[in-house]
Amino acid sequence: MLTADNLPRPPYKTYQEWYDAQDPAHLIQKSRDAENIFRKTGITFAVYGHADSSEKLIPFDIIPRIISAREWRKLAQGIEQRVLALNAFLDDIYHKQEIIRAGRIPRALIEKNDAFLPEMIGFKPPGGVYTHIVGTDIVRTGEDQFYVLEDNARTPSGVSYMLENRETMMQMFPELFTMNKVQRVEDYPYLLRQSLASLAPPGCKGKPRVAVLTPGIYNSAYYEHSFLADTMGVELVEGSDLRVIDGKVKMRTTRGYEAIDVLYRRVDDDFLDPLTFRPDSALGIPGIMDVYRSGNITIANAPGTGISDDKAIYSYMPEIVEFYTGRKPILENVPTWRCSEADSLKYVLEHLEELVVKEVHGSGGYGMLVGPTASKKERADFADKLKAKPANYIAQPTLSLSTVPILVNKGIAPRHVDLRPYVLVSDKVKIIPGGLTRVALKQGSLVVNSSQGGGTKDTWVLED
Amino acid sequence: MLGRTANGLYWMFRYIERAENIARLVDAGLRVSLTRTGSTDGDWDGVLQSAGVRDAFAEVHDTVTAANAIDYLLRDTANPSSVLSCIESGRNNARMVRTALTRETWEATNECWIELKQLLGRKVKAADLPEAIDTIKRRAGLIRGAFHGSMLRNDLYNFSRIGTFIERADNTSRILDVKYYVLLPAVSQVGSSLDNFQWESILRSVSAHRSYGWVYDAEYRPSNIADFLILNVRMPRSLAYCYEKIVSNLHYLEEDYGQRHRAHDTAATIKSMLKRGSISDIMDQGLHEFLEDFISRNNQLSADISEGYRFYQ
Repeated sequence: MLTADNLPRPPYKTYQEWYDAQDPAHLIQKSRDAENIFRKTGITFAVYGHADSSEKLIPFDIIPRIISAREWRKLAQGIEQRVLALNAFLDDIYHKQEIIRAGRIPRALIEKNDAFLPEMIGFKPPGGVYTHIVGTDIVRTGEDQFYVLEDNARTPSGVSYMLENRETMMQMFPELFTMNKVQRVEDYPYLLRQSLASLAPPGCKGKPRVAVLTPGIYNSAYYEHSFLADTMGVELVEGSDLRVIDGKVKMRTTRGYEAIDVLYRRVDDDFLDPLTFRPDSALGIPGIMDVYRSGNITIANAPGTGISDDKAIYSYMPEIVEFYTGRKPILENVPTWRCSEADSLKYVLEHLEELVVKEVHGSGGYGMLVGPTASKKERADFADKLKAKPANYIAQPTLSLSTVPILVNKGIAPRHVDLRPYVLVSDKVKIIPGGLTRVALKQGSLVVNSSQGGGTKDTWVLED
Repeated sequence: MLGRTANGLYWMFRYIERAENIARLVDAGLRVSLTRTGSTDGDWDGVLQSAGVRDAFAEVHDTVTAANAIDYLLRDTANPSSVLSCIESGRNNARMVRTALTRETWEATNECWIELKQLLGRKVKAADLPEAIDTIKRRAGLIRGAFHGSMLRNDLYNFSRIGTFIERADNTSRILDVKYYVLLPAVSQVGSSLDNFQWESILRSVSAHRSYGWVYDAEYRPSNIADFLILNVRMPRSLAYCYEKIVSNLHYLEEDYGQRHRAHDTAATIKSMLKRGSISDIMDQGLHEFLEDFISRNNQLSADISEGYRFYQ
């Protein structure tokens, strides 16, 4: 929140004045109120592998993260460029594979990748859109300096927290929203529904019927699935509600079977269709891929988009952006060592104490090593894993992330954050001004994942 | 509306209804043990029977004591009909159909679960029992209030109501069936204090000990009690009242969907049976036989509804 000479950064100016006039004890109380709101509403998530704590709250920090309109504009341009490149890349690798022929990406990296779906080769999804919803993870290291950490192009989660965080802040501190002109995020469900409906398959006549597919109430993001279905005003379905009848995907209703045109699925590719992918999946719909390929349903995001946000592909993103947009990337990649390459592996092993090492296919902050904070033994153990399966890992330097203030018992303290703005793609790209700010609550920590004790904040993009 | 959603609403409200009824049964049991001199732990055996868990209880406990019966009924999660289990199942169903509930209804259900999980998470001391039972009834009442005050009167509402009344009819008929012998004229002596206790306990377990006096004479008569709980359409826990509601909700669905199912005929038959019957006929033909027949018809209706409205397939 502060500049080098200890003055509030410009977007925080109004907030700081308000904060200075508050009674600290009152703010701590407000913090507890916020927690009660979340608990009462049931805004919870499940942590896998914890039998005793099946539903947890994500800690919420009541100090907003504030971004100026100017900084946001640059960020948004960069995200749009990147998302367009992702879609062009997907279209290319499932069709002509020009980027491989041009020698920019090794063929094996694509075709030997589990996230690459041969079933998608030669198929164009409705409207040519692969990634309808993208959540790009970004970190800031200084004024106008942003790095993309990860492109989440499968089923990015967390958008319900963006919306509930805003809702909670407006309930608790209405005066802040008259003092600051904050851009709206509340339209997200409406925009999402509009965007999904606009990409209905060619076989759809009349008003498209949209549904959200969830693995069910035991899924860690179930709250979000029900929240999105509810706020969009569409059905929340499970695989067992759906069946392929007469070449259409239909849901079992109290009046009989009714067709679905657009399925916003929150189920991974592997589980989508037991006839095509994992035969043991009980979460999917047998035969849905045939319906998809015959143009009778839209699946969002398209199957096979995982190849574009794979951590092994990530290091090629600057080339990918340039190849398809003809311009240098506006947003930078974090420098990345591919441990599959012998030189890189050697470097990584020699510099473990300054690097973050991630599993190529991992997510949620599981199975990663944060070198600077790991113990000697943890680093040694990880080095063994690296040597055993180098191709499974990439490594990145720990960036000097900028911090934002959070409320602690003694007042305000700086913590590291990242930012996940949400992007909707149809015939245009729509970026919601704001997003989910995840914050590492432990002092000095760089891990923001909720499964690893991270929290969230409301994210404000100011108007000019 | 999804068949699974209809199923979820139906069971959500069945479980909440059951939780409340179990709390009432415990309340009535406590009352008897407090007011009746010479009451024994054996009285709890009847309460367990009314709750339909006597056999399951016997598998884990050798003897029936007030303490272990109450604990089993209120908070044993191995008992699927304990208050805690019912609230857990009701809330799980609510979570599944969350998009079909108003925010008020969902929050009342979620808060009920949060509070009761805390309250019943450890043994309830005897001194705290009345307060605990009160909390259960109050929480269930809040769900009902939020539901009535905020839900659209459409098919979602109809399935929820049908669940409530099928469960209630089942519970009331079981309470009567366990105690049917004390209502038989041949074995009961009007005015004996033993019978008065038994009757009052029946009425209490359906929260009807006061309203009975408004409708009939203050004096307890077995045929009046049976009439009140079986045939009186003004008594909100009577079988006749439940079937008035079930039939009218099914009728709304029929009109709304333009579809009639076997469930409609099953429900209409039961309703007319309750409407035409007189309590003396029922007593003459055998109260126990009547109740047994009713319980199985009520179950049949539940099966017909889940089939007609595609709850499972």
